[in-house]
Amino acid sequence: MSLGFVATFISVVIALPIAALVWASVKHGGTSFWAAVSNPEAVSALKLSVMIAAIAAALNAVFGTVTAWVLVRDDFRGKSLVNAVIDLPFALPTIVAGLLLLTFYGPYSPVGVDFAFSRAGIVFALLFVTLPFVVRTVQPVLIELDREMEQAARSLGANEGTTFRRIVLPNILPGILSGVTMAFARAVGEIGSIVLIANRPFRTEMASVFILNHVAYNTSAAAAVSVVLLSISFGVLLLLGCVRRFTTRHERT
Amino acid sequence: MNVRRLSLRFVALGYLLVILLAPLGLMVWRTLAYHADAAWKAVSDPMTVHAFEVTLEATAIAVPLNTVFGILCGLAIVRRRFPGKGLVNAFIDLPLAISPVVVGLSFFLLFGRTGWFGPWLSSHGYQVLFALPAIVMVTVFVSVPFVAREVIPTLREIGDEQEQAAQTLGASGWQTFWRITLPSIRWAVVYGVVLTTARCLGEYGAVAVVSGNIEGRTQTATLRVQDYYENLSTGGIYGVSLMLAAIAVVTLILMSIVKPREERV
Amino acid sequence: MSISVKGLSKSFGDFKALDDVSMEVPTGSLTALLGPSGSGKSTLLRVIAGLETPDSGSVFIDEANVTGTRPQDRGVGFVFQHYAAFKHMTVYQNVAFGMKIRKRPRAEVRERVSQLLSLVQLDGLANRYPSQLSGGQRQRMGLARALAVDPAVLLLDEPFGALDAQVRTELRAWLRRLHDETHTTTVIVTHDQEEAMEVADEVVVMNRGRVEQVAGPRELYDRPANEFVMTFVGQANRVGDTFVRPHDLELLLEPNEHTREALIQRLVHLGFEVRVELVRDDGEPLSVQMTRDEAERLELAGGQIVYVEPTRATVFG
Repeated sequence: MSLGFVATFISVVIALPIAALVWASVKHGGTSFWAAVSNPEAVSALKLSVMIAAIAAALNAVFGTVTAWVLVRDDFRGKSLVNAVIDLPFALPTIVAGLLLLTFYGPYSPVGVDFAFSRAGIVFALLFVTLPFVVRTVQPVLIELDREMEQAARSLGANEGTTFRRIVLPNILPGILSGVTMAFARAVGEIGSIVLIANRPFRTEMASVFILNHVAYNTSAAAAVSVVLLSISFGVLLLLGCVRRFTTRHERT
Repeated sequence: MNVRRLSLRFVALGYLLVILLAPLGLMVWRTLAYHADAAWKAVSDPMTVHAFEVTLEATAIAVPLNTVFGILCGLAIVRRRFPGKGLVNAFIDLPLAISPVVVGLSFFLLFGRTGWFGPWLSSHGYQVLFALPAIVMVTVFVSVPFVAREVIPTLREIGDEQEQAAQTLGASGWQTFWRITLPSIRWAVVYGVVLTTARCLGEYGAVAVVSGNIEGRTQTATLRVQDYYENLSTGGIYGVSLMLAAIAVVTLILMSIVKPREERV
Repeated sequence: MSISVKGLSKSFGDFKALDDVSMEVPTGSLTALLGPSGSGKSTLLRVIAGLETPDSGSVFIDEANVTGTRPQDRGVGFVFQHYAAFKHMTVYQNVAFGMKIRKRPRAEVRERVSQLLSLVQLDGLANRYPSQLSGGQRQRMGLARALAVDPAVLLLDEPFGALDAQVRTELRAWLRRLHDETHTTTVIVTHDQEEAMEVADEVVVMNRGRVEQVAGPRELYDRPANEFVMTFVGQANRVGDTFVRPHDLELLLEPNEHTREALIQRLVHLGFEVRVELVRDDGEPLSVQMTRDEAERLELAGGQIVYVEPTRATVFG
């Protein structure tokens, strides 16, 4: 019935390509896989991807939470406009995002900076594409948050800072973690917004660009690095699942 | 006015300005003020028009396919019990966690000369890689999750009482689906379709791997703008970027109109 | 159209919701399924409707075995506790739904719907959406919708549970009047014994998936079959194995050979009646109910010592 169609469609569409990827990377055996992955350029690219994605995710954790807070608790003219704008990175093609940032922060910058082609530039690109993640996961949690808990804390003598630290933060933490993890998983594999700037091996080449450059002439190296990248993303998402179960244990009866 | 509140507001708005709005604003300004003619020339260039056509073709196939899939999947996951349900649920989110180039590579491996399906298909005269079929397939793949992810929580929240009521009133399975279930999730579906379309239009990484980037044949809009960049054609860069950004803004507007209706349920 | 169930059993995982349940609902009656949560009453109703399938046993509607039939073919009208209103349709469209499915001609639909809306006192609201109605109005719409297709039996699953006390009382009376007019065989599920007593011709008391007693309201109260029914339907004082109703305990100012001494802890004035809360000399709490006049005549007050004598007591074998 419709269920059979669903199941078949999924396996065909999703599982097959991934299976082919894993197969291609291991078909020449473990040593060949290891050789491809431990090639210095590949290692550098992977390390860079993880590091920069982590920095971007962490920065967005802070700024994203602040933004979500302002959108939920504050009120000002044009707030709904600002709220809509948050989704721009979801709506805009990533390569256009890259070009925008290149225009503003690159050699022809109107404010006199020029760091687009550096690691900082890559961080900015990743900040752009992952901005909505934390904001959109924290917003609903903040909206749902029982204000009376905070009021109770204040009535017991806690000041704003303490209330935030001990009442609000623990309750929005699952939302923040969720958003950060998704932001990281997205950032570590991001391509469109960085392909034009992340092209110096060992300096700014990210894993995704490495893969793109090696698809044609060293497919198994590309496949091997892809498998590692996939494992990182999946590993992080799996970790998120476990951490969520842990941090929301007080909500389960 | 509260100092803390003001400074938080300043931080948030400042961040959005620096990361999102200033770059976008600058691009729009420069295009319209300095490069309007060159931009127009680039956008009306037949190769550019064709690139948009390719993108639209892939989108026109991927969106309906993933809409139907998303609705069916949502219904199966929320309303039925079956083995492997958790797996299906996880699989739906998979494309969100995979780098687009990895997606492209996977399809490259499936359909390439030494791939699983490649030899069989080419010996029968079908070209998949470096042709439209590959572009369509990767576009479908990367945009799988969106409708399902909107439909699932909505279905959960609505519950199935209305459907039970329809059954007791004599409606068949199909009548119940068409008259009760579908209308109750219509805004979730619309929102999902908007997100899916935006994703398809903006796809770059996977298509970059499998399309071959043949101008006038397999070049998509996103590959076109990269092409202009690599050829240092400022008119092309600004023109196509502006067009894509304009489409993105329309997407944002649609999203903000539909979202409150979706949440109202 | 009578209903009859035989040997119904249904489990959800380890939880046994129905345990070999058999009972009859006579044609044209208004029967209440009464019991605490988890007693199986809603499950029984849903099995009758076909919304749940039993693990074993059979369901007969009007002598026909419908155990394997789908809900849409059983001809039952079902009213849900939370209304299950079709939110995207107007009141008119909601009520017309069953008839539209059966492809009735438009004129017939229009007439029937307006007839029903009058019956349930929702005239003038035909073009409103459920979200614009109050809870009570939504439920009346639900009833009209279920009645629109002339069901053989009408099943209501705690229909007034989500409503305010005032609205509940009104709708209860209204439902009874409606039944008296239409004589549709009706089964109503409720956990509120007052509701069951007020509305039903016959009450099926259920507990833990089993039928404890089937009787009219009066018999249920006066001759309960067991301890559960006695304590669930109406109040009862329990002393050891003996059960006494609060108004079957007489308070005397002087002792005699049948009385026990007790201390008045509190007098609760419930309008026309007074509830006297006492503690017996051996520490057992007792609750006595009497009219205001009786209480005044005895000049009762907190802290007073009185003497309690049961005029009628029940012991279960």
